[in-house]
Amino acid sequence: MPEREAITLDVAAVPSEADVARPLSLWLDRRRLLIGAAVIAGLVAPLVVANFTIFQLTMVMIYGLAILGLNLLTGFNGQFSLGHSAFYGIGAYTAAILMSGSADLPYYWTLPCAGAVCFIVGIAIGLPALRLQGLYLALATFALAVALPQLLKSHLLEEMTGGVQGIVIDKPDPPAGLPINADQWLYYFTLAVLLVMFAAAAGLVRSRTGRAIMAIRDHPIAAAAMGINTARYKTLTFGVSALYTGIAGALGAIVVQFVAPDSFNFLLSVNFLVGLIVGGISSIPGSLFGGVFVLFVPNIAEKVSTGLSGAVYGVILLLLIFLMPSGAAGFVRRAAAWLARLRRASNSELPIGRSTR
Amino acid sequence: MKQITRRTILATAPAAMTLAALPVRAAKEYGPGVSDTEIKIGNIMPYSGPASAYGTIGKAEAAFFKMLNEQGGINGRKIQFISYDDSYSPPKTVEQARRLVEQDGVLLIFNSLGTPTNTAIQKYMNQKKVPQLFVATGATNWNDPQHFPWTMGWQPNYQAESHIYATYVVENHGGGKIGILYQNDDYGKDYVKGLKDGLGSKSKASIVAEAPYETTDPTVDSQVINLKSSGADIFFNVSTPKFAAQAIRKVAELGWKPLHILNGVSASIATVLKPAGFENAKGIMTTVYIKDVTDPALKDDEGYKNWVAFMNKYFPDGDKTDAGNAVGYSVAQTLVQALKQCGDDLTRENVMKQAANLRDFTVPMLLPGITINTGPTDFAPIKQMQMARFDGERWQLFGSLMSGQLPV
Amino acid sequence: MEQLLQQVVAGLATGAIYATMALAVVMVYQAIDHLNFAQGELATFSTFLAWQMIEWGWSYWAAFALTVAISFVIGVAIDRVLFRPVRNAPILSQLVAFIALFSILNSSDGEIWNFTIKSFPSPFGTKPLFGSGLISTHQAGMVAVTLVMLALLYVFFRGSRLGLAMRAAAANPEAARLVGIRVGWMIALGWGLSTAIGAVAGILIAPVVFLDPNMMLGVLLYGFAGAVLGGLSSPGGAVLGGFAVGIIENLAGTFIPFVGQELKLTVALIVIVAVLMVRPAGIFGRVAVSRV
Repeated sequence: MPEREAITLDVAAVPSEADVARPLSLWLDRRRLLIGAAVIAGLVAPLVVANFTIFQLTMVMIYGLAILGLNLLTGFNGQFSLGHSAFYGIGAYTAAILMSGSADLPYYWTLPCAGAVCFIVGIAIGLPALRLQGLYLALATFALAVALPQLLKSHLLEEMTGGVQGIVIDKPDPPAGLPINADQWLYYFTLAVLLVMFAAAAGLVRSRTGRAIMAIRDHPIAAAAMGINTARYKTLTFGVSALYTGIAGALGAIVVQFVAPDSFNFLLSVNFLVGLIVGGISSIPGSLFGGVFVLFVPNIAEKVSTGLSGAVYGVILLLLIFLMPSGAAGFVRRAAAWLARLRRASNSELPIGRSTR
Repeated sequence: MKQITRRTILATAPAAMTLAALPVRAAKEYGPGVSDTEIKIGNIMPYSGPASAYGTIGKAEAAFFKMLNEQGGINGRKIQFISYDDSYSPPKTVEQARRLVEQDGVLLIFNSLGTPTNTAIQKYMNQKKVPQLFVATGATNWNDPQHFPWTMGWQPNYQAESHIYATYVVENHGGGKIGILYQNDDYGKDYVKGLKDGLGSKSKASIVAEAPYETTDPTVDSQVINLKSSGADIFFNVSTPKFAAQAIRKVAELGWKPLHILNGVSASIATVLKPAGFENAKGIMTTVYIKDVTDPALKDDEGYKNWVAFMNKYFPDGDKTDAGNAVGYSVAQTLVQALKQCGDDLTRENVMKQAANLRDFTVPMLLPGITINTGPTDFAPIKQMQMARFDGERWQLFGSLMSGQLPV
Repeated sequence: MEQLLQQVVAGLATGAIYATMALAVVMVYQAIDHLNFAQGELATFSTFLAWQMIEWGWSYWAAFALTVAISFVIGVAIDRVLFRPVRNAPILSQLVAFIALFSILNSSDGEIWNFTIKSFPSPFGTKPLFGSGLISTHQAGMVAVTLVMLALLYVFFRGSRLGLAMRAAAANPEAARLVGIRVGWMIALGWGLSTAIGAVAGILIAPVVFLDPNMMLGVLLYGFAGAVLGGLSSPGGAVLGGFAVGIIENLAGTFIPFVGQELKLTVALIVIVAVLMVRPAGIFGRVAVSRV
């Protein structure tokens, strides 16, 4: 038998743990840098762009926040909801009713009120929703989306909601002394709310509660077997999700300065869902991209063809899904991983196992 | 008094001659979006979404301005018609209005469609002092020059129309019982309110049933059955074309023979009465202010023929049976008149002033005798309508032109 | 009492509309485990095709047959071209593809055929059935056709090899592949059947509600509700669910005082959700038991 040569291990060629971890940690650092850069850009933007664009950017943030709410429920917890237009609408009407009429609350107090009301409604829906899965849950939430405009228009609530005429709201003025206009002030206000709520969501997701929520999505039976109280977490997630979208709705009412019942129909729910998926399910920054999509893509579609804008919108959607099946966030993640792999391949030698000849 | 001596004349002569030699400066005042060669006009329509049926009005208007430009424009200026889609969603309308005013710099926004959508931008338009002209809905909100001096409607409003029906019912069917089918939105509720106001103290006793429907309902059969069961002998049909046709047919199928009053929005022979069945539609009453483009009697009407020629040349894809195309044509003509009256003073203030200064102006597609009149406290350009009854083939006008104003 | 009877019968008549749609919904659900949002728009498109053929002078039955055939092919094509590439994407991404399809079809219908409502002929005539005003011959015909379709599908699935293969592919794709069933084509077949059923639904519904691009929006929602109520795994249940939704809605609108009329749809949906509380998989649905 020929003697086998000893197989030498080229230690340098073996990617050490540090090597593997390094690109990942570099990426995380880069991520923080990116977030920092984005925040700075966000702070500077309203000072350099026109009022109209400020308005659009504010709406993008609002939709992003609404989509984040849906994300918490559908993306992170796996409960399919077609009813988030209702939470958005309830938040919007809460703000509108409190700001007009006898209560005459300053706009900033309407946000926590809207959040609280929606949280309660979310829990109320979440409890019976425990029994339902998938498309059955979709129908139940769809019922909610359909019910809201009808309730708002009905003469039960007409006194309070203004019925089909809706409610017109005054634009809040910037606090005295600040050298910015109302549009800019609303932008910063929304930005502040957005940053706080996004940070809270990120914190939630990374915590034990967040892991429990995601475990329920991935393996509900295993999660229950591990002792996670699925009922409690699922219901709570519904409430928190509703709270997020409700606060977005309140902001929306303040920025648009008008609420009407038929704006909050299930088509809005579908829009949120599309934004969620295009942005990337269970990705928090993806929700913001979803907001960008919801606001700007219809405009782009309209530019291409006014009569067929719906068709163009559909084609754009299809292209996005083909190119980025996991949404924008998934696309970014994959691009980053591919880049990292490229870098690692060029840094190290060929892998182990090469016998010396 | 100072004597005008030869000396004063000689002294002032040079100055006078210099002044005379200068070209007379025509008061050329331009608002935003205006130049010597063009006027930018903004418009917002639902080209997509559930109300996209009305998008054709915007397309008709675009075609009209194209024709106008080819014929030289207004006082030598061409119209640049910028129209955006809002999918009938108020937040989107706000965005598009701001885009038109702040980014595109239009002179005014013209004939934007929908009540909630226009309510959403009304305050903004008035704050920014941009004319929100000839709003395309029949709501009463646009005739309030005291609070909203920059907003003006165009078509006769729904409540006024209902007053006419109420008056007719009171005068001709005193003890009648009324059942109402209405679309559960601002349009439907406006008609109902108008009817109740018009009936006055009698309304509680007369109206025995009200049946709303949503646009997502596939049929209104159930509602019509309920209305018949209520014992009503007068049927007030406040629905858009599809549902109006369904209701007319169901009424006939049920063997119910009430006095059938149909709202003017759906009073088209070819697009509503024909699908419903001419036999079933016999005897239906409505009010009209604009010629029914599907009425065979219009064959030789000058105004109609010009409209058809316009459609054939500039909007061949447009449906010549769609009333919206006649409305768009007519509103555009009204705008042209207002702009013509401005001459070279094309500021927003003057546009509003001239829009509120239309005296006995007519456009060809309006019913003969109906004129457009506005004034500083009267922002309702078209107030007159006439009642008509369907005889199985065409609308037979009867009575006189009425304005639907309630006695104060 | 007469009102009650009339509302129930009217509910059955509109319920027939929902039932045919529910059947189409369940057909494709069984193939791909998801709701096809574009179902209604596909049906509307098919109906427009049929209408166009009739406008060009073809006979009703020729147009009917050709439309159903074309719709079948369109369904298969959509699956092969559009959905096969995204089959491995997360389920929600597939949902977006449906929404995109909805948008494209709805917009195109409006552009090609505009929004004026169109009459559509009925093969059953539109006279009152048996002379009474309760239900017309067409509506009765619709109920009959729905039941006949259901029966045909039952026979197909239980009695034919192809039907068996489809059921196997839906129940256990892995095992089906192992016995030589082309699962991909079974799914495409499910799509084709569903689109064809949708076409029949549209052609039957159009004479009642008049044809326009937004004809099916409400119908799809009600059909969906009916399918869920009956149970998404049961075609028969879906059809019954469709009828039930029609009746429940009419009764809610008529007999609930004060708000019944305004909140008809809401009440109907609440009733359905209440039923789902008791039977989470629908009345006739089978709860899937999975191994952990």
